[in-house]
Amino acid sequence: MSGSNAEISRDDVAHLANLARIDLTEDELERLAPQLSVILESVATVAQVAANDIPPMSHAVPLSNVFRPDEVRPSLTPEQALAAAPQVDQQRFAVPRILGEEA
Amino acid sequence: MTTTSADPVTFEDALERYDPVMGMEVHVELNTASKMFCGCSTVFGADPNTQVCPVCLGLPGALPVVNARAIESAIKIGLALNCSIAPWCRFARKNYFYPDMPKNFQTSQYDEPIAYSGWTEIEVDGVSYRIEIERAHMEEDTGKSLHVGGATGRIHGASHSLVDYNRAGIPLIEIVTKPIEGTGAKSPEVARAYVAHLRELVLGLGVSDVRMEQGSMRCDVNLSLRPIGVTTLGTRSETKNVNSLRSVERAVRHEIGRHAAVLDGGNRIVQETRHWHEDTGVTTAGREKSDAEDYRYFPEPDLVPVAPSREWVEALRAQLPEPPSLHRARLQADWAFSDLEMRDVAGAGAMNLVAETVAAGAAPQAAKKWWLSELARYANEHDIAIDDVPMSPEQVAQVQGLLDAGRINDKLARQVFDGVLAGEGTPEEVVARRGLEVVSDDSALGDAVDRAIEANPDVAAKIAAGKHAAAGALIGAVMKEMRGRADAGRVRELILARLG
Amino acid sequence: MTDLTRLTAAALADAFAAREVSAVEATQAHLDRIAAVDSDVHAFLHVDVDGALATARAVDDARAGGTAVHPLAGVPIAVKDLLATNGLPTTCGSKILQGWIPPYDATVVARLKVAGLPILGKTNMDEFAMGSSTEHSAYGPTRNPWDLGRIPGGSGGGSAAAVAAYETPLAVGTDTGGSIRQPGAVTGTVGVKPTYGGVSRYGLVALASSLDQAGPVTRTVLDAALLHQLIGGHDPLDSTSIDSPVPAVVEATRRADVSGMRIGVIAELGGEGYQPGVRARFDDVVALLSKAGADVVEVSCPSFDYALAAYYLILPSEASSNLAKFDAMRYGLRVAPDGVEVPSAEEVMSASRAAGFGDEVKRRIILGTYALSSGYYDAYYGSAQKVRTLIARDFDAAFEEVDVLVSPTAPTTAFRFGDKLDDPLAMYLNDIATIPANLAGVPGLSVPSGLADEDGLPVGVQLLAPALAEDRLYNVAAAIEAMLAEQWGGPLLAQAPELEVRT
Repeated sequence: MSGSNAEISRDDVAHLANLARIDLTEDELERLAPQLSVILESVATVAQVAANDIPPMSHAVPLSNVFRPDEVRPSLTPEQALAAAPQVDQQRFAVPRILGEEA
Repeated sequence: MTTTSADPVTFEDALERYDPVMGMEVHVELNTASKMFCGCSTVFGADPNTQVCPVCLGLPGALPVVNARAIESAIKIGLALNCSIAPWCRFARKNYFYPDMPKNFQTSQYDEPIAYSGWTEIEVDGVSYRIEIERAHMEEDTGKSLHVGGATGRIHGASHSLVDYNRAGIPLIEIVTKPIEGTGAKSPEVARAYVAHLRELVLGLGVSDVRMEQGSMRCDVNLSLRPIGVTTLGTRSETKNVNSLRSVERAVRHEIGRHAAVLDGGNRIVQETRHWHEDTGVTTAGREKSDAEDYRYFPEPDLVPVAPSREWVEALRAQLPEPPSLHRARLQADWAFSDLEMRDVAGAGAMNLVAETVAAGAAPQAAKKWWLSELARYANEHDIAIDDVPMSPEQVAQVQGLLDAGRINDKLARQVFDGVLAGEGTPEEVVARRGLEVVSDDSALGDAVDRAIEANPDVAAKIAAGKHAAAGALIGAVMKEMRGRADAGRVRELILARLG
Repeated sequence: MTDLTRLTAAALADAFAAREVSAVEATQAHLDRIAAVDSDVHAFLHVDVDGALATARAVDDARAGGTAVHPLAGVPIAVKDLLATNGLPTTCGSKILQGWIPPYDATVVARLKVAGLPILGKTNMDEFAMGSSTEHSAYGPTRNPWDLGRIPGGSGGGSAAAVAAYETPLAVGTDTGGSIRQPGAVTGTVGVKPTYGGVSRYGLVALASSLDQAGPVTRTVLDAALLHQLIGGHDPLDSTSIDSPVPAVVEATRRADVSGMRIGVIAELGGEGYQPGVRARFDDVVALLSKAGADVVEVSCPSFDYALAAYYLILPSEASSNLAKFDAMRYGLRVAPDGVEVPSAEEVMSASRAAGFGDEVKRRIILGTYALSSGYYDAYYGSAQKVRTLIARDFDAAFEEVDVLVSPTAPTTAFRFGDKLDDPLAMYLNDIATIPANLAGVPGLSVPSGLADEDGLPVGVQLLAPALAEDRLYNVAAAIEAMLAEQWGGPLLAQAPELEVRT
């Protein structure tokens, strides 16, 4: 990805859309690039005040060590689990062929 | 998907010019009763999609809650590997799309692993190697895909895949070494010994079944070569899912040869994942590590930080069994085994089995004998791990007990093993059903002896003349008549009493 | 006979207890109202006539049989379509979840069911709660009962409009950056975003996990308190749920006394960019609070100037990850790409997500994907999290000085459909006053403050308190509500135009 100062090109958007698994039309790519650039330019202001000595905040509650005991609870029935599946075969979720890695 | 075409270089050849550097990434599936973030059972081998719920299916709205025992197991593994335990750490989301991953992110740990900077020591041919541990972190397993329509059930050529999410969400600990350097020609053995050692260590902790054949321990092997004398690291390949000890050794050996061939040809190693093929013993190219692989890690907002207190960690440390090396030394002393005997037992993966057999009352030598003979042979013939032999250490000790009591002899004992392994019941039951007990009734034995003497007057005369060694022939005849169900020692006594 | 749809939840509960009205009657009245007005308002995506009446009947039977039931048992309620409801469609306003019926209940929904509240149906919303107008619903916008040509706010416009249109006395909303409070302001209703961790998020389809919070949407402060008490409290299924009792919000509402309270007007919220009518009604409320004995001061929260920017980094980042699960493999819409004979899983995922997500969702997913990318993380997501710390510190400092903070809830009244659709940044500005509370995890409440002079549309005032100090919000809101009702001679909603009833 190229470009500093929050410039997002059409190709950048295409790359991001691929990472996010969304097919964008040529139209959408052309439209999104300038929109995202404007938004990014606006949100980039966070860097102005984000000094090194400020700890980042990932959670809004100051909790830690929330655990559950290692106990088995009832699962869904396979019928419930598979009820919404677009396609089912042999009590499994049928999905289109998988590219790449050996599972 | 082809192997890089370059003239093959033999392993020995490669090592004359190159110095291998390895990195091991081992995934250990914990044996918690429930999954990492939900209450679904983790039992292996259940019907597909029967151990799933909104959480591990990644249904919209569901939220994870951490299994306390998984954290304890992770800390124990960290401690056993001499790691520092993070006083505060978080889970992170590793974002990438894959159909067997219900949320399309894996809940893992990124730059804040629960355990880090450890070490462990292994031994190969009497030389010990210190393996530095980079980190051990917690994450969740994925579902399992079945590829349909292809010729071999492999992913390529499949028309579609069937996914079972029973395994999704089972807790994993990933143990990552620092680069293992300076192992030279011993690299394949060192890699194997490291994985075997980890297996033994984790088994000792009781936190995983570590069955490589069931996938509860999985190994990725990183390997790079650099010309001898060079200190910077070469480009590495990552061979995924090398799932037996033998394969670990073979895969390292293969990759060393392959890298050397590529480098000798003046080409560059591609940084990529490789698939290991158990059948052919080669690796093939997988996914290239590239820009597309941007996991966009960020702290998991649905889980709060894990901050193990010093007290908690120390309490877990106190529960640790003695380290395998100490454990082994103690057993060796207790059993009075030689180094060679110990190595044989370890090599057969029977250390715990022998220990349990001794604990059940058998003498160490006897326990070793049975596990390394009858039972090892059975495992071999049936292509199973020795732990999976259908006979318990207690039963082995029972057979030995029968022997020691003189109720069966050595030969009959082998038949008892056959019977127990064939599922005919306990050793006692097999003895009873097969009628294997030796005849200890002297009158019955005496009759048989008398008949043997009668039938072999020449031999009897020799014995009577003092040639006691000739008794063997008469003993054989008695044993034959008794169909083995006699104590040869007692038979000899009776013969000598009559003729002596 | 009284029109049961005009009663508050508290009044209905009293009528049930006194055996004056049955739960079936009340539920049927609201179902009839929905049938009469919802073709115009379009607050509901799904109405569960049978389920709601069955619950009502069971409650009536229980009461008749002398079984103790929850005081709100039989009071109908609507649930935002972002919460999983076992057996009822849950779409989040998105095509990608069209027809999805969850096999489980959100904890909030489970609590409603246990308490015996008939669930009338699921309310409309911006797709996956991304928006401030419900114009981003894949199923068409909800219309503001005050003016059907205008937006009801968002993302929870459906819940707010349903309550404002007397289709239900109670609704559950969710608030990630103002999705309960801003619709409350522009529809003249009450909306509460509880303390983060105060109400379980289990079963709430996540937009931004570290910001989301479910809360009450009602016509009165007391009704909000009653509902808050019911849905709040610890849930072991949500790791971020706070294990402490629900603040005494009902008691605080009944107190409604601000004398001696220190109230801070946030200097950064309410100046430039705020509609004159919004400012005027805000000033009125501040004057009333002073008159009622509160000690009103101005406080500064300088980092709030960066809240919007931080929010529009954190939200898209978390959302890009949360929405990855919608991939056509296990549930939801599956679309094959054009012109591919045997498409791969990857191709089907991309095609399905392209077809199933609307423009705003795509925009935010791409933005979030960018902000989390290696090489950009520190500058964007990392910096936004630091701003979050600064905002939390500003709140901490402010709450050293005052008990409660006040600001206008939204910068404008309800705008016309289409006005901001093509300008995402202008749309985002609707949440400028509500966002800081989500970033810091503190509770916020919007209560009606009157009508803007220039357009006669509702305006709301926002109250903010420290984490787990919701009682302060309810106390002050109840006082404001009472003082204004006295001025107006009734609730603000009484001034709303009557909707045309269709049969």
